Amino acid sequence: MERNPMRRQLQVMRKSLFDQGYLDEQFVQLEELQDDANPNFVEEVVTLYFRDSARLILNIEQALERKPFDFNKLDGYMHQFKGSSSSIGAKRVKAESTLFREYCKSGNGEGCMRTFQQLKKEYATLRKKLEAYFQVARQAGPMETACRPK
Amino acid sequence: MVVETGFSSPRTDAFPAGLRVLVVDDDSTWLKILEKMLKKCFYEVTTCCLAREALNLLRERKNGYDIVISDVNMPDMDGFKLLEHVGLEMDLPVIMMSVDGETRRVMKGVQHGACDYLLKPIRMKELRNIWQHVFRKKIHEVRDIESLEGIESIHITRSGSELFDDGHFLGGEDTTSGRKRKDGDNKHDDKDLGDPSSTKKARVVWTVDLHQKFVKAVNQIGFDKVGPKKILDLMNVPWLTRENVASHLQKYRLYLSRLQKERDIKNSFIGIKHSDPSSKDSNSGAGLHNSMNVIQDNVSNGSFSFSVNNSCVLNVDLKGHEGDVKGISSGPMAESKGTFSIDIPDPPRAKSLQISFDHSLGSVDSVVNLASFSSTDTVQYSWNEIPEIQFKQEYEPLQLENRTNQLPQPGLQHNLLTKYLQPTVSVSPGPSVTEKTATSSGFEVKPMCDKYRNNHIKLSSPTEAVGESHTLNDQVFEPICTTTSSMKSQDIIPNHLTESELSPRNLYDGVGVENLQLCWLQGDCYAMDSGLQGFDCTEYNNPTMIPEMPVHLYDAPRFDHEHLFDPMEYYVIDQGLFA
Repeated sequence: MERNPMRRQLQVMRKSLFDQGYLDEQFVQLEELQDDANPNFVEEVVTLYFRDSARLILNIEQALERKPFDFNKLDGYMHQFKGSSSSIGAKRVKAESTLFREYCKSGNGEGCMRTFQQLKKEYATLRKKLEAYFQVARQAGPMETACRPK
Repeated sequence: MVVETGFSSPRTDAFPAGLRVLVVDDDSTWLKILEKMLKKCFYEVTTCCLAREALNLLRERKNGYDIVISDVNMPDMDGFKLLEHVGLEMDLPVIMMSVDGETRRVMKGVQHGACDYLLKPIRMKELRNIWQHVFRKKIHEVRDIESLEGIESIHITRSGSELFDDGHFLGGEDTTSGRKRKDGDNKHDDKDLGDPSSTKKARVVWTVDLHQKFVKAVNQIGFDKVGPKKILDLMNVPWLTRENVASHLQKYRLYLSRLQKERDIKNSFIGIKHSDPSSKDSNSGAGLHNSMNVIQDNVSNGSFSFSVNNSCVLNVDLKGHEGDVKGISSGPMAESKGTFSIDIPDPPRAKSLQISFDHSLGSVDSVVNLASFSSTDTVQYSWNEIPEIQFKQEYEPLQLENRTNQLPQPGLQHNLLTKYLQPTVSVSPGPSVTEKTATSSGFEVKPMCDKYRNNHIKLSSPTEAVGESHTLNDQVFEPICTTTSSMKSQDIIPNHLTESELSPRNLYDGVGVENLQLCWLQGDCYAMDSGLQGFDCTEYNNPTMIPEMPVHLYDAPRFDHEHLFDPMEYYVIDQGLFA
């Protein structure tokens, strides 16, 4: 058990992210890549992800405003978004993306809209949680090892 | 031994460390992650987010990368298209990535030539092993080249039989076939040439005739503009598919690059720096000619240098190898000296020339080689041949001429040799350039050259003696050097011949052939610039060099290049990986 209260808090937050399915194994991969050369690697990657994916979200939003739906285009955007989300291990967000693509393939506009709303919620939640997580991480200092979620 | 490519030197760590990876992905998050992962594997990483940019990088730095990893979905170009381009132009292993793992897509990737298809999210352990694709390709290259050589040698046999003495011919043939047998490859083995994309169709047998058509088509189109579809259309073989052609083209490239590498290796052995791309350009066809060209500026003629040498060398050699020289008369030689205006040898002549070379090659110290040259006209022809492509009559014959007198000097010998080599080479190219049949003669010669190539290494020292030789592309000298060193002055000549034989080949590689560049795109090779230029003369092995066909790659006598590099092949391969 971590002596340092900040570290302990960090570990609790981290565990919760995994337990609640917000993050998957890929996030651990990122943590394992973090080293002395890139001590803030994970945070950098996550920041990059949210910056780039925000653009994609906007594109999809705009595409959904144009009727009739261009499912091919929507699918394309979501494919990109899904790929991006997989990079940080955004599990829930990824699941919504997959669902969205299914609806695109079957031409279900209603399903697309619903799924997209859900996706945006998950996306926003994840963002908040990770921001908080990194805030604590910065205060807690470097983590010794990446712990695998139980 | 690692040949410096000039772009990034291979790490001194053990393979696979230092593997040069180019990552292409429009997703900057993934780009960052992959870069970090690859760096952790001790690979050298270059990232870019646009396919076009990636292609530019690859084209700029030929042999600057060992493997490419690319995403399937990119905004400016379809990943599969990029895959095709890389495969055709550079023949590097390409790994595709995607978050989409649909069987359909994966199959498409494989069909387009991807050596692997990774699903995102990618784990580091998956990236750790990507070196296997580079390694596998190298090994297959060797096999492909051999099988191609098998085809080539068959071809040569056919065309050469009429001109060549059976003895000669067989000699040359044996080396090639022996090699093939050794490796268990059948000349007609189409395993490697089979259509990779169709697992169920019958394998395509790339017969000599078919290959000739292929080479012809490639030459017509222009090596740098070549594409499977265009080749397919030109070949006009109804049952042949685009995939068949694409895979064969890859092999062809491999072959060329293999020869180039071998030449490079030789060069490195000899201690001569691998000719730089500029020299390659000049050599365009004659790797040999580089060495020989020492005098000549490789750039333009690579092969031409031979011509110069030829005249000189011939003269010189003749004297030395009277015994073996069949009919080499100093007379003609002398004439050749002054006449660098090599006329384009008739193919038949070239053939005969080749034959003689074969002979000479057979006996390193036999002047026989010279004998081959004995027909000065033949030698000249070779020059001519090359000139077509790039022969510049200018080469430095003058230098050589001076040397000829000094033949005894090792240095000179080299020069001479180189010169000789060139001529010989040119001969082959000559005919080949003009006619496919010529190539056969080229083959003959080649095997010998290969043998000599090994010798080259020894000679390297003499070359140094020769100031001029330095001018030649390093590569050029290498072959010559090696052979000469082992031989006495007199012997040297034969070596030259071999060399020259080799050179022509090289010459052709770069020469005329449309832009043989492809051969070198290989990561290891010092990729020649597109077009003839790239061909390092040093690379005798370059199939392209073989004058026979501009396409050379296969037409050129493969002879022994493979053989010579046998020991080195793998060595080179390993080293070359990170070249």
